[in-house]
Amino acid sequence: MEYEAIIGLEVHAQLLTKSKIFCSCTTQFGASPNTNTCPVCLGMPGVLPVLNKKVVECAIKTGLALKCEVAPYSVFARKNYFYPDLPKGYQISQYEHPLAKNGYLDIELEGTVKRIGITRVHMEEDAGKLMHEIEGAVTGYSYVDFNRTGVPLLEIVSEPDIRSGEEASIYLQTLRSILRYLEVCDGNMEEGSLRCDANISVRPKGQKEFGTRAELKNMNSFKFVRMALDYEIERQIEVLEEGGTILQEARLFDSKQGITISMRGKEEAHDYRYFPDPDLVPIEPGKDWVEEIKAALPELPQQKKERFTRDYSLPEYDSRILSTSKALADYFEECVRLFPQPKAVSNWIMSELLRLLKKDNREIEECPVSPQQLAALFHVMDKGTISGKIAKQVFEEMYETGSSAEDIVRKKGLTQVSDGAEIETIIAKVLAANPDGVEKYRNGNTKVFGFFVGEVMKETKGKANPKIVNQILQEKLKT
Amino acid sequence: MDLSTLTIHEAHERLKNRDFSAGELTQTLLKRIEEVEPKVKAYIIVTSEKALKEAEQADMIIAAGKIAPLTGIPLAIKDVLCTEGITTTCGSKILSNFVPVYDATVVRNLKRAGAITLGKANMDEFAMGSSTENSSFGHSHNPWDLSAIPGGSSGGSAAAVAADECIASLGTDTGGSIRQPASCCGVVGLKPTYGRVSRFGLIAFGSSLDQVGPLTKDVRDAALLMNVLAGYDPQDSTSVNKEVPDYTTFLKPDLKEITIGVAREYFIEGIDPEVEKAVREALNVLQSLGAKTVDIALPHTEYALPVYYLIAPAEASSNLARYDGVKYGFRTEKDENLTAMYKKTRSEGFGAEVKRRIMLGTYALSAGYYDAYYGKASQVRTLIRRDFEEAFKKCDVIVTPTTPTPAFKIGEKVDDPLQMYLSDIFTIPANLAGNPGISVPCGLTGNGLPIGLQVISGPFEEGKVLQTAFAYEQNTEWHVKKPKF
Repeated sequence: MEYEAIIGLEVHAQLLTKSKIFCSCTTQFGASPNTNTCPVCLGMPGVLPVLNKKVVECAIKTGLALKCEVAPYSVFARKNYFYPDLPKGYQISQYEHPLAKNGYLDIELEGTVKRIGITRVHMEEDAGKLMHEIEGAVTGYSYVDFNRTGVPLLEIVSEPDIRSGEEASIYLQTLRSILRYLEVCDGNMEEGSLRCDANISVRPKGQKEFGTRAELKNMNSFKFVRMALDYEIERQIEVLEEGGTILQEARLFDSKQGITISMRGKEEAHDYRYFPDPDLVPIEPGKDWVEEIKAALPELPQQKKERFTRDYSLPEYDSRILSTSKALADYFEECVRLFPQPKAVSNWIMSELLRLLKKDNREIEECPVSPQQLAALFHVMDKGTISGKIAKQVFEEMYETGSSAEDIVRKKGLTQVSDGAEIETIIAKVLAANPDGVEKYRNGNTKVFGFFVGEVMKETKGKANPKIVNQILQEKLKT
Repeated sequence: MDLSTLTIHEAHERLKNRDFSAGELTQTLLKRIEEVEPKVKAYIIVTSEKALKEAEQADMIIAAGKIAPLTGIPLAIKDVLCTEGITTTCGSKILSNFVPVYDATVVRNLKRAGAITLGKANMDEFAMGSSTENSSFGHSHNPWDLSAIPGGSSGGSAAAVAADECIASLGTDTGGSIRQPASCCGVVGLKPTYGRVSRFGLIAFGSSLDQVGPLTKDVRDAALLMNVLAGYDPQDSTSVNKEVPDYTTFLKPDLKEITIGVAREYFIEGIDPEVEKAVREALNVLQSLGAKTVDIALPHTEYALPVYYLIAPAEASSNLARYDGVKYGFRTEKDENLTAMYKKTRSEGFGAEVKRRIMLGTYALSAGYYDAYYGKASQVRTLIRRDFEEAFKKCDVIVTPTTPTPAFKIGEKVDDPLQMYLSDIFTIPANLAGNPGISVPCGLTGNGLPIGLQVISGPFEEGKVLQTAFAYEQNTEWHVKKPKF
């Protein structure tokens, strides 16, 4: 029987606000345990939450970018459960009245566009972190770090419109790109600032009813999302084929084994007893404010891609790659401003620059070569001072050392030899040393031409201007 | 003259005239506490040294000629309000060792105004109760009859005022916890409009109902304290940014512009005849001062008690989840694993009434029950609020008995929670609707127990409540009567 998978994703995005959602503690990552805390985020008796307006702004931005309706009336609710990393015994979240709902996100699948529904976007606070093993600490105890407690999160819930691990991965990448464009989340999955859970079920193709779903957790990279879901689809089909039933349960992805494991027993079914948080007043973002935020939305990846294709006459492929991150797109545009040959710039960025960044696992923000420096290299190349081949060497050195193209060319004496007389002397020397080759060429074996070019280049250590070499060599071989 | 019997405004005049110092006043009160505390047990902790230091500072301010209405006035603070560096137990074993690193906003305001803290007043655990019998630190006694309850949950605050163990005190009121003990102890108690006074640092019971307010020897003192307590607090999102009037300007001797609503729903079967008689007589006094009376209807009053006992416990079940033994407060010694630690800490740390309400609230919020209980209760709460809105189109204030009966005997109702809950039947509606209400003494029973008169107004109309109570008080003698024990 043929099956189809039904997948919905729940994404948690840590917001890039300076302070926490309900107190003024910093959200900075990496401080020593429990130093970024105060009575409010520690849930001490008698304290009260006060909403950080910036969080609402980030949530509205995201809601609008995901084409949601921003609710004129939205409410915080308490999600009640006991866990040591949750100091109040409840998480302040949203339930019945989320800030934004009914949107969508278009994703690109091999040239076709698929629309994934967005059910809701809501705000909530993060919990702390349990540490079970600490060097130098008394063993047999678990420790709690509350630094992360109260860091603002957005929960973005998709409709069950996703059909494969690949689609899920692309959805997540597209969403991440938008969040980064909006500058609301840094999208770092390994550090957990972007987290993804999935609800997944399978059903025989053509059947209308959904099958029983499992909840997948702990997928902290795009690759793992794809792997975990593809594995789970296979697993569920196998269970059904063997006449078994799918359990409604939470499953953990084990990236080492590439499989999903039931969390049964570890997590009992919760009744979170949601109810409106009486300590916070309803959020009623006025129309004017929402309009103001809408007007200030930056150009988003899709729009940017279209503009690049249109204004720079780039192939769609180039435009898409260049617009995946705002920083990369900005880098490209700055280069083009300084060296107005878009296709040449695009080629260089996509082949040379991204290759080096990928090798070092770096983001464009961490690129040691600035757009100004890269543009300068283009100009040196364009003037004919160095050849394209030498330029690649120079670029690698720029990337390693941060030096300018001019400095490297000068210090290493890489300036292209374009002096006709000098090249002529070298060619004469090469031809004199290879009379057989000259004979062959004159008898019609033009293949040896390449050999002569190579010899000239060897003599000049690659610095001879290939155009001039070609020209003189052809003249000399004719006569 | 015994300085401990002074009101705030009397003490203020005499401090201003340098008849005595804040130090002397404080010492007198500390001595009084030492004398009567074994009988009354109004305090959980008395902070004598701190109080004397604060008195020294107050005397310096007075010497500098900068005296304000509360400078040098010694007060008792209900132990539900956080006080920096002073144990704040909320009447519970689970917080028996909890020392806050912050002051509640109201405490900070009082300090700024120059008031002196004598100690932390006893209360029902987590403010849940009507008799102060639910305190983990022993029950308080009613100065009018030491075998009777002082009311609750602010029983310690009320008893301390009645027994002259402080000049005035702070209480909190979730379903009547200021007004009911004020009524039981023959003192004045005001619950402000929800949002008028900051809840920051008030250890939450029912967050949508809790308010801090004064317990005092007369109405003028209540107005003076309100001048300092009321106001917007950016640390409390539910506090309202609305100008605070000078409440003493409402203290006028006549009631010519006041229309009083009388609701038959507050004169029900089961009300003590002496209480009804006293309240009816009080209404006559009010009319004689120029007030008009009009019959009003508050048809949903009968649902107030059940609604309250769904909403308050629901909120409490969540508010009290933080007392889990992980971060502060009491923790069981039998903490072999996480679940056992939670269960045993909370089983050993909370008293019976608190556990009862946590279970009640947990149930009311549970999946499958939410709509029928918490959801329905929230809807009926809106109806109760609308009842008041309708009523206040016809009148300025509503006058009712504060409680259906005078103070009962210690131990009389501990085994009958439903009977106990009925003590708050007349005070709860104002909490559900968010309206202010005051209780002023309006009589003594044949057994010599005080009776309270409740005056309720529309939101942010504390002025009308104070005016009505003040005019009544100025024309009667109940507030100057003192218990003998």
